[in-house]
Amino acid sequence: MSETLLQVKELSVRIGTGDSAIRPVDAVSFEIRRGETFALLGESGCGKSMTALALLRLLPQPAGEIVGGSVRLSGEELLSLPENGMRAVRGGRIAMIFQEPMTSLNPVMTIGDQISESLEQHKGLRGAQARRRVVELLDDVGIPDAAHRYGEYPHQLSGGMKQRVMIAIALAGDPDLLIADEPTTALDVTIQAQVLELIRNLQKKHGMAVLLITHDLGVVSEMADRIAVMYAGQLVEQAPRKLFFGQAQHPYSHKLFAALPDASKREERLTVIPGTVPLLNQTFYGCRFADRCERAWDICRGQVPDWFETSPEKGEAPGVQGVRCHLADPTLSAPTDRTVVDDTAAQPARTAPAPQNVLLEVDGLKVHFPIHKGLFKRVVGQVRAVDGVSMSIAGGQTLALVGESGCGKTTVGKGILQLLKTTAGSVRFKSVELTRLTSKALRSRRSDFQIIFQDPYSSMNPRMSVVDIIEEGMIAQRIGSNAQQRRHRAQDLLRQVGLRPEHIHHYPHEFSGGQRQRICIARALAVNPQLIICDEPTSALDVSVQAQILNLLQDLQRELGLSFLFITHDLSVVSYIADRVAVMYLGRIVEEGDVNEVLEDPKHPYTQALLSAVPRIDGESERKVIRLEGDLPSPSNPPQGCHFHPRCRQARPECRKSYPKVTRLSETRLVRCHLMDSQVK
Amino acid sequence: MLAYIIRRTLYAIPILIGVNLLTFVLFFVVNTPDDVARMHLGAKRVTPEAIEQWKQEHGYDQPLLYNRKASGVAKVTDTIFYNKSMRLFAFDFGSSDAGRDIGEDISQRMWPSLAIALPTLLIGLLVNISFSMLLAFFRGTYLDLSGVMLAVVLMSVSSLFYIIGGQYLFSKLLHLVPVSGYESGMQAWRFVLLPVAIGVFSGIGAGSRWYRTFFLEEVNRDYVRTARAKGLPEARLLFRHVLRNAMVPILTGIVVILPTLFMGSLIMESFFGIPGLGSYTIEAIQTQDFAIVRAMVFLGSVLYILGLLLTDISYTLVDPRIRLS
Amino acid sequence: MIQHVFLWTDTLIFILLVAVLGFAWFARNKEHLRAPWREVVRSRMAVASLVVLSIYTITGLLDSVHFRKALPTQEGQQEVQYSGDVLSVLDTLLGPMRTQDEKTYSAPFAAYLYARETVTGADGEKLRIFPRLEYGGAGLTDPATQKGADIARRTVTALAEAVAVLLLLYGMLGLRLASKWRQSWMSALGAIAKGTSDVPWRTALLTLGVFVLLIALVVNLSGAYHLLGTDKVGQDVLYQTIKSIRTGLVIGTLTTLVMLPFAVFLGMMAGYFRGWVDDVIQYIYTTLNSIPGVLLIAAAVMMMQVYVANHPELFETMAERADIRLLFLVLILGITSWTGLCRLLRGETLKLRELDYVQAADAFGVAKSSILVRHLLPNLMHLVMIAVVLDFSGLVLAEAVLSYVGVGVDPTTQSWGNMINRARLEMAREPMVWWSLLASFSFMFTLVLAANLFSDVVRDAFDPRLRAQR
Repeated sequence: MSETLLQVKELSVRIGTGDSAIRPVDAVSFEIRRGETFALLGESGCGKSMTALALLRLLPQPAGEIVGGSVRLSGEELLSLPENGMRAVRGGRIAMIFQEPMTSLNPVMTIGDQISESLEQHKGLRGAQARRRVVELLDDVGIPDAAHRYGEYPHQLSGGMKQRVMIAIALAGDPDLLIADEPTTALDVTIQAQVLELIRNLQKKHGMAVLLITHDLGVVSEMADRIAVMYAGQLVEQAPRKLFFGQAQHPYSHKLFAALPDASKREERLTVIPGTVPLLNQTFYGCRFADRCERAWDICRGQVPDWFETSPEKGEAPGVQGVRCHLADPTLSAPTDRTVVDDTAAQPARTAPAPQNVLLEVDGLKVHFPIHKGLFKRVVGQVRAVDGVSMSIAGGQTLALVGESGCGKTTVGKGILQLLKTTAGSVRFKSVELTRLTSKALRSRRSDFQIIFQDPYSSMNPRMSVVDIIEEGMIAQRIGSNAQQRRHRAQDLLRQVGLRPEHIHHYPHEFSGGQRQRICIARALAVNPQLIICDEPTSALDVSVQAQILNLLQDLQRELGLSFLFITHDLSVVSYIADRVAVMYLGRIVEEGDVNEVLEDPKHPYTQALLSAVPRIDGESERKVIRLEGDLPSPSNPPQGCHFHPRCRQARPECRKSYPKVTRLSETRLVRCHLMDSQVK
Repeated sequence: MLAYIIRRTLYAIPILIGVNLLTFVLFFVVNTPDDVARMHLGAKRVTPEAIEQWKQEHGYDQPLLYNRKASGVAKVTDTIFYNKSMRLFAFDFGSSDAGRDIGEDISQRMWPSLAIALPTLLIGLLVNISFSMLLAFFRGTYLDLSGVMLAVVLMSVSSLFYIIGGQYLFSKLLHLVPVSGYESGMQAWRFVLLPVAIGVFSGIGAGSRWYRTFFLEEVNRDYVRTARAKGLPEARLLFRHVLRNAMVPILTGIVVILPTLFMGSLIMESFFGIPGLGSYTIEAIQTQDFAIVRAMVFLGSVLYILGLLLTDISYTLVDPRIRLS
Repeated sequence: MIQHVFLWTDTLIFILLVAVLGFAWFARNKEHLRAPWREVVRSRMAVASLVVLSIYTITGLLDSVHFRKALPTQEGQQEVQYSGDVLSVLDTLLGPMRTQDEKTYSAPFAAYLYARETVTGADGEKLRIFPRLEYGGAGLTDPATQKGADIARRTVTALAEAVAVLLLLYGMLGLRLASKWRQSWMSALGAIAKGTSDVPWRTALLTLGVFVLLIALVVNLSGAYHLLGTDKVGQDVLYQTIKSIRTGLVIGTLTTLVMLPFAVFLGMMAGYFRGWVDDVIQYIYTTLNSIPGVLLIAAAVMMMQVYVANHPELFETMAERADIRLLFLVLILGITSWTGLCRLLRGETLKLRELDYVQAADAFGVAKSSILVRHLLPNLMHLVMIAVVLDFSGLVLAEAVLSYVGVGVDPTTQSWGNMINRARLEMAREPMVWWSLLASFSFMFTLVLAANLFSDVVRDAFDPRLRAQR
């Protein structure tokens, strides 16, 4: 067993004062050994980022304060160090990288200066010496042409590159511990794979320990040696990876696994965790998870559970796995014959929709945004956000449109709804050409197709009450003959999406993210649409809440026969919810087919890379990531020939010359790739 | 870049035409030259002949926009609009109602104005930034709170009070500097000192409170947290990271008024008897010399538009994210 | 017999008052509007400033109800003739201060004139003496010995009255709060005294107490003395400064009233419709903005002067003429100052229109006008509110400067700017006449300081970005 690097004991943090003071971190203890990766897993608001900031004593000032506990780094107590001494620790012995690479770098300083600043602080390097070291570091983190990049500013780099620069800054001080706070959450899945691999390699090379903070079980399973689960300010379980993914003990951990959508759960409802995380400004008299736990019994509400250390396998030292749950208390015996209300069993299986008539047909849709330049603002180019997309959706069907950020998938959605001016192509809804309708005619048809947005916070007017929000569409589309009827309908809709009808006079800010998304769904349903475009409706939500929303959407589809265009970057959601999948790359669809076909046997190299980049939680099988080089090119200047060829390992000469034509592999399957071309020939 | 500057300059033309039209309407349409003449002559001496004579003396005896009597191009050029308004575009300001050459007056009087306005601006900038940095450094403490309070009190005092009080204290009681007046050359500093000091002082309240918000806005950004996680000392953090970013809005706010400094400060110059453009304007207003006011309006607009152009250019210098296109 | 006179600015002031009350009524049940205000009234600074501002406002309102007195009817006259003097309710309240004019300068609390005069003594000899004032200290036989005692006596009376009034207010507030909180009267009083109530009533009462005391002093002393002296023509300086309050308020508030519709409407149009609408609106405000503010005001005011000089028949009384000039100044100040808010609102609208909820409304086929009114306007209101409050103090200060330049209010209108302008040269006199200047500066300072402190709290409460920082 390697030696302990960081020892955290009973760490507690308070934010604010008085009644509104919250305790986002409450008596958290853990140890990190040299060279290992320790993951802190939890949903948003559980206190994992605050824990990390507290380790460096960087809590938001003046509100945040460490109110107790101890943090020892190689035996030295950090909490009692003077600010001066702490500065040597920050960046020198413990370095940190943050979630948002876009805002975490100083926009008016060159990246070279930002890195050498850390070198100067901790290594005393200056001038040419520092410069040489910076270039080395940039090389280390895989930034091509490092010597040239020294003088560049952050805005000239892509998100993935910025995160690499952040890592370079962190490495500059040669730290023993790297704290990575959701380092890849803001990045695309292919870029995430690159960055995770980089962190792994650097860790090996430098022998650093990594404290990885994340909400993503997949990332944990790929990276972590040991895992601690955090819930409502406390650790509820701690275990080595193998044990955690095989024999998690805490009911909350179980639920997290069960709530993950994937193809194997297609035929059933996802397990959800009912309710929400409790507020942290209260004193707890029982288990914090008790209200949401199916296995809770009396003692869970009356007595705070202790930390129980277990050693499930013989020969292992005790303390390998630990859990904060009364179920693990050897002195108690949990009621065994509890009938667990199992959401899963009670629900009918999802049935494949009977093929219906085509509802929406998109043909050669283009949305270009002009670039103005020069003396008279002439149009010198086009950003080809959507460049010839064709698709069709049948009634009652779900088509998932998958792609990385910047590929134009959201623009497709808005183009179909005519919220953006389309440049070319046709959009036919029930055989009516939408692009040529007058604005008045279009307005009267708007009740047929609706949209649900990604961010539940910006998609509702904060100044309007729920009832006003839901009724707005009804009034505009003249649904419901009088106020009374509309009011009733609004209440029914709230009930339908699982909210209480009494809430209609509340304002959006009084609801949690998941509840808001439900209101948005109710709002869309209010006008009786046949097609709903769901633009990443769950990507801003935690896993457990995401499951609730996905279940709701499935139910609604079954009950109302809705069609969905489901825009997402998350392939696990796709495999769970979609009937058909279209994969987009740089404004065009590169592959389309039934969900099983595409996900199980991807044909296009991009789809293959995309699928392989998704971290899996069945950590046993060593998967092989097809690493994509570089970033998504700019849609204003797409590469010649096949847009994907610069990043494609199987690119051939003809890929550079022409964009591949559609190859129809079967009745349901389309691919645009020269490799397929030749196969068919 | 060059294309951008040219386009902006072209864009200035319609604005200047608009300014010109507006002043033309104000000065010649709302009140006809007859009205103006009548007012200048005073109630007693108003006879049609006197009005005609006054108009002729001051060049207001032509039609406003279109001269029926003239022929050819002169139909348009022998008009008040052409002679009084269009000529401004060539920076031909004509002569004042009192008969002086406005262009020459301006070229002489802008230097004393600049001698007051430029030091006031620069020293004020320095003082305000230092003061607000100090407050930002001690943010959330009592020092910060009382500093902000002091700033609010300072900005609640009328600028006239600072001038009158300053003159009384330093000139009349302490006899440190002359009360008013101006001399060009090396002796100028004696006359410039007090107006500049008062100008700086009266601006501290509003300026430092405003800049403080810039600093606080930057202090809470993610990149500052990154810098802190590097282990940088707080002072270095403020100077190297926060100041650089906060300078973007501060500097560009300064640049826009840079050209208009030539126009001088009306109040300051008038109180201190500085023969600059500010006091020139104020005298014109008080003697109701419309020709000078018209010229100053036009000059002010030109300088303001120049300021806007300089602002855009200065953005590209201080903020690498912005490229002119 | 009186005849009501409705000056233009009076009408506008009362329209504004109705609008403010109407908005308060409307906002009563809107949580997002109420919450920030609740936060505002919890701040001690804001409550104290609010008390100061209310007292100024009440004074200004009293000064905005105008009338003309009937002249005594003469023999054989059928119609009632009205005096050319337009008075306000405030004038009648201030009573003696308005009418008791001296010959020329006199210092605060003086019993003698500030300048020597040549008088013919009883023995026919010509003497250069400081003559006694007609009204100031007129009741005293020997001011040198009696004045101190007289002033002390009156001050003590004022103090007693003030304490009595304050206690009465305290008791009444206690009753009101006791019924609201369902507590006993004593415990309510205790909560106020200890300062434990949510709204800092103690601060409010103490601030009010200061003003009650000042008013009591004025009531008790102003009949017998000129508290702040008299000016060159012998008019009471205190009277002038109090009368100036209305002018300051009119300029500070009505200007905003004038500019708001322009700024809000045009800013929203430019931001929402973009394209050529945006180009036109941007052109308009860049053009207006490019003219130096003072010069545009000067040009406009000069033109108005010419117009008024040439059309004397339009104005029945001096007050109406002065009022038109005040109104015009307000209008032109409004025109020069709407551009800033307009640009701010345009920028914010550009951001808001891309937000999902506006897109969602579009997706429902909601009409554009209704998107503007229901989605954009309510989300811009906090900016408007902040701008209004912030502009107020700047405008009050600007009045003084403009009046100094000579393009401010009419010289016959009482205003701090005019007072300072007149008093400026008095500083050069030997001995110096300082009270006019000091009086106007301190009245103006109190108002502006209160407004600035208040606006600070309002901005903190309404600006979501600042809220996030705390």
